[in-house]
Amino acid sequence: MRHGGQAFLELGKPNNGGTKIFSVSGHVNKPGNYEVGLGTPFAELLAMAGGVRSGHKLKAVIPGGSSAPVLPGEVMMDLTMDFDSIAKAGSMLGSGAVIVMDDSVCMVKALERLAYFYFEESCGQCTPCREGTGWMYRVVHRIEHGEGRPEDLDLLMSVGDNIAGRTICALGDAAVGPVQSFIKHFRQEFEYHIEHKKCLVGA
Amino acid sequence: MPHIEIDGKTIEVAPGATLMDAANQAGIFIPHFCYHKKLSIAANCRMCLVEVEKAPKPLPACATPVTEGMKVRTHSAKAVAAQKGVMELLLINHPLDCPICDQGGECQLQDLAVGYGASASRYAEPKRVVREKDLGPLIATDMTRCIHCSRCVRFSQEIAGRMELGMVHRGEHTEVMPFLEQQMHSELSGNVIDLCPVGALTSKPFRYSARTWELSRRKSISPHDGLGANLQLHTKDNRVYRVVPQENEAINECWLADRDRYAYEALNSEERLTRPMVRDGDKWIEVDWQKALNQAAGALRVLRDTHGGNALAALASPHQTLEELHLLQKLMRGLGSGRIEHRLGQADFSGDAKRQGVTWLGMPIAELNQLQRVLLIGATLRKEQPLIAQRLRQAVKFGAQLNVLHAADDDLYCRVANKLIVKPSAWVNALAQVAKALQEAGASLPAELAGQLNDITVSDSARAIAASLNTGERKALLLGAVAQNHPAAAQLHQLVAAIAAACGAKLGFLSPAANSVGAQLVGVQSGPVALDAKGYLLLGVEPELDAHNGPELLKALQAAECVVALTAFKGRVMDYADVVLPIAPFSETAGSFVNMEGRLQSFHAAVTPQGEARPAWKVLRVLGNLFNLAGFEQNSAEEVRQEALPQGEAGIAARLDNAIHGVALALQPPGAGIERLGEVPIYQLDPLVRRAPALQQTQDARDAACAWASGALIQRLNLIDGEHVRVRQAGAEAVLRLCRDDRLPDDVLRVAAAHPLTAGLAGRFGAISVEAV
Ligand code: SF4
Ligand code: SF4
Ligand code: FES
Repeated sequence: MRHGGQAFLELGKPNNGGTKIFSVSGHVNKPGNYEVGLGTPFAELLAMAGGVRSGHKLKAVIPGGSSAPVLPGEVMMDLTMDFDSIAKAGSMLGSGAVIVMDDSVCMVKALERLAYFYFEESCGQCTPCREGTGWMYRVVHRIEHGEGRPEDLDLLMSVGDNIAGRTICALGDAAVGPVQSFIKHFRQEFEYHIEHKKCLVGA
Repeated sequence: MPHIEIDGKTIEVAPGATLMDAANQAGIFIPHFCYHKKLSIAANCRMCLVEVEKAPKPLPACATPVTEGMKVRTHSAKAVAAQKGVMELLLINHPLDCPICDQGGECQLQDLAVGYGASASRYAEPKRVVREKDLGPLIATDMTRCIHCSRCVRFSQEIAGRMELGMVHRGEHTEVMPFLEQQMHSELSGNVIDLCPVGALTSKPFRYSARTWELSRRKSISPHDGLGANLQLHTKDNRVYRVVPQENEAINECWLADRDRYAYEALNSEERLTRPMVRDGDKWIEVDWQKALNQAAGALRVLRDTHGGNALAALASPHQTLEELHLLQKLMRGLGSGRIEHRLGQADFSGDAKRQGVTWLGMPIAELNQLQRVLLIGATLRKEQPLIAQRLRQAVKFGAQLNVLHAADDDLYCRVANKLIVKPSAWVNALAQVAKALQEAGASLPAELAGQLNDITVSDSARAIAASLNTGERKALLLGAVAQNHPAAAQLHQLVAAIAAACGAKLGFLSPAANSVGAQLVGVQSGPVALDAKGYLLLGVEPELDAHNGPELLKALQAAECVVALTAFKGRVMDYADVVLPIAPFSETAGSFVNMEGRLQSFHAAVTPQGEARPAWKVLRVLGNLFNLAGFEQNSAEEVRQEALPQGEAGIAARLDNAIHGVALALQPPGAGIERLGEVPIYQLDPLVRRAPALQQTQDARDAACAWASGALIQRLNLIDGEHVRVRQAGAEAVLRLCRDDRLPDDVLRVAAAHPLTAGLAGRFGAISVEAV
């Protein structure tokens, strides 16, 4: 405040001025809140948070809260933490809650947890979200428990299309974001689950 | 006015119109569930999604206002994809149990699923099951079928006025349910059946009895209250299976009161009289029509010949048709009797000589919604005229000030601006206070009245009512059934007329019965109910219930030498009648009613009469022939109507007039002591509703069987709420359960009239006492 608005703006990068507090959680050594200028490379933020747990590799990052589409770790390592760059990569900076997942994570299980969250949080007012969040959760739950079917993945993508953009509030879109992005980026892991009825990660 | 291009058509719409309105105007159908023209916008079903140019996502037509130059496609690939997507989601948890669903064949979900649903479901997970709710005797539930459109919830809140249904829980667990395990008690509850787009809410009495496609639809008119709601009778095998509203924006809109909807059950009652019968000592013998008619005519003729025409009197129900009432009075007048009355519940006939016209609402029904100031006088409105109460509720919502004078501070489910809640004998004085307050505020009263107000002390409430009536436009003072049956009805009428004139308000009568106006038009009114006739002709009445003083009339009937009853039902009439002639209720005859706004509404028979019952107009015509009277040659109900009202509806308007002059006022303050408030309960209005089983199981019916008093009065009298008490009135008594209602003044005991348990009490008002049994 002492330096005025312009100075604050310059802490970031053009069109993404100022700083943002990122709440880094997950498989990092020092989870916590870090305020950095917008445009700071993700790699730097990760380093501030103490890096990925030793013995593990970065697998995936949800850059902006649980409703933001997940991005593979290697994609994230090339991105800077600002609205434009994350959006360009197909996700969003959203709330700045950065969820870091290392190679111990089963993406099916992770998605099951997220889908359950949205299923639980739907207010139930409008049809697509009330009915659709439960449908998506149940299908993911089945896959995770070895009862998946080959057609489930296309079904999930299509059910997601029937929810996103058709609800009263943004919770519908939020519920679909993780489902569609997890399948898009980690499809083989889901397929493995369906085919072998068990987890690729533990195998 | 904005322009919109919708599916290629450019139209101009009213400012504020939604895309749904525009589509309706353009004759384009957009699939929908939660949208309903009479309810607020919820936009929760998402079925009406359409493509709007420049909008990134499909938008709900029901909730999107039209803006200038908007381009909308309701059936484009994008719109249809959205609609189909929603349909799939609506169906995944739906039981699809159409074969055992009463809604099947008239189900919005089923209909739209044909157009927008897939032939097989992609949903392979377990389906939701929802626990049933007990909404009472009128509405059956299958809540698993609910699609959460919230129409029923919005109806209860916005139209019925009390949120008896709500959505609880969240997400997929969302359920519609009544508040804290209560049932639905609204007198308009059945409308949720029509509103529910699926089979979640259906009619309990109708349940599983017929399929919609087996039913024939016949238009008819409600024979109950003075509104004249338009009905559709659904029939099969010559039997009425159910009743639903026939939309008429000027009268019942798209609604029905439960009374109009469920009273049909009585049409098939075991108590129907299906053969003419004559009394033989203590026995009743079934006879053929000819014998019964000859016996009736013979007995009445002897009485007439011996004692003169006025030894005969006729009592008729204002729920009978115009044609029947016309022929009845014609018959009686032909026999030389001028004693023909339909106002059995009335106590004070002194106003008859002081007025000329036929009393009526004083304005079209639809104008009630536009009123800005109202004073309701002696109207238990939600029970008397449930849909009029609904209209006033809408008026209040738009800012009207509703003022009330009554002996019970009943909840009208809307804001009441000012009220005077005093015992009935204080009403004349209370109105005089309002008149005086107006006078003090500068209004001019008729000279004959002005001079009488000197000793009146104006209460704050009366002053507030006067102040309310002195402002605003479009005002009305409405006299309810309680006021019309009040022992000082003429004075109330006179005062209300003066107040109305002083503040520029209309004066209206809330005509209590379907044909109250019609009965006046054809002259079925001659003053106080005859108690000394030697012969009585009864048309559709149950005197012991309908009369203001039942025991008194009963005694007169028992003492009479001959009582001929034209009735659709057996019942207590069998105790004192000599000949009973089975007549057809409204569903089995052609006829007309004139409603409270003076509208003549005719209808045809929906089914043929049961057993040997005959339309009453035919019976009366034959009686006329048997007496060799001229002018009984009509061959159809139309011919009778033509004779009764040669100019039809046009001739009615000129005769409607609520003006009254020269009634002397007795303005002394009321005395001390407990008084009875005796109203006709909602489900005791007429012989049909009295025999409708489902209605008789409602809370309203149960409440009518109790004596109601305030907690303070109960305490003062050392009585116990919930126990039985003995009430005594003018030497008669009844034993009733005592219930507490703190909305009553401490000197009022509410004891229903027209009820079997209270039929022994004499008079609907006046001093009453109550003691422990
Ligand atoms: S509500 Fe409609 S779709 Fe549902 S079971 Fe009944 S008829 Fe079938
Ligand atoms: S019960 Fe019927 S009207 Fe009520 S929310 Fe459910 S589907 Fe809609
Ligand atoms: S009709 Fe528009 S959202 Fe339901």
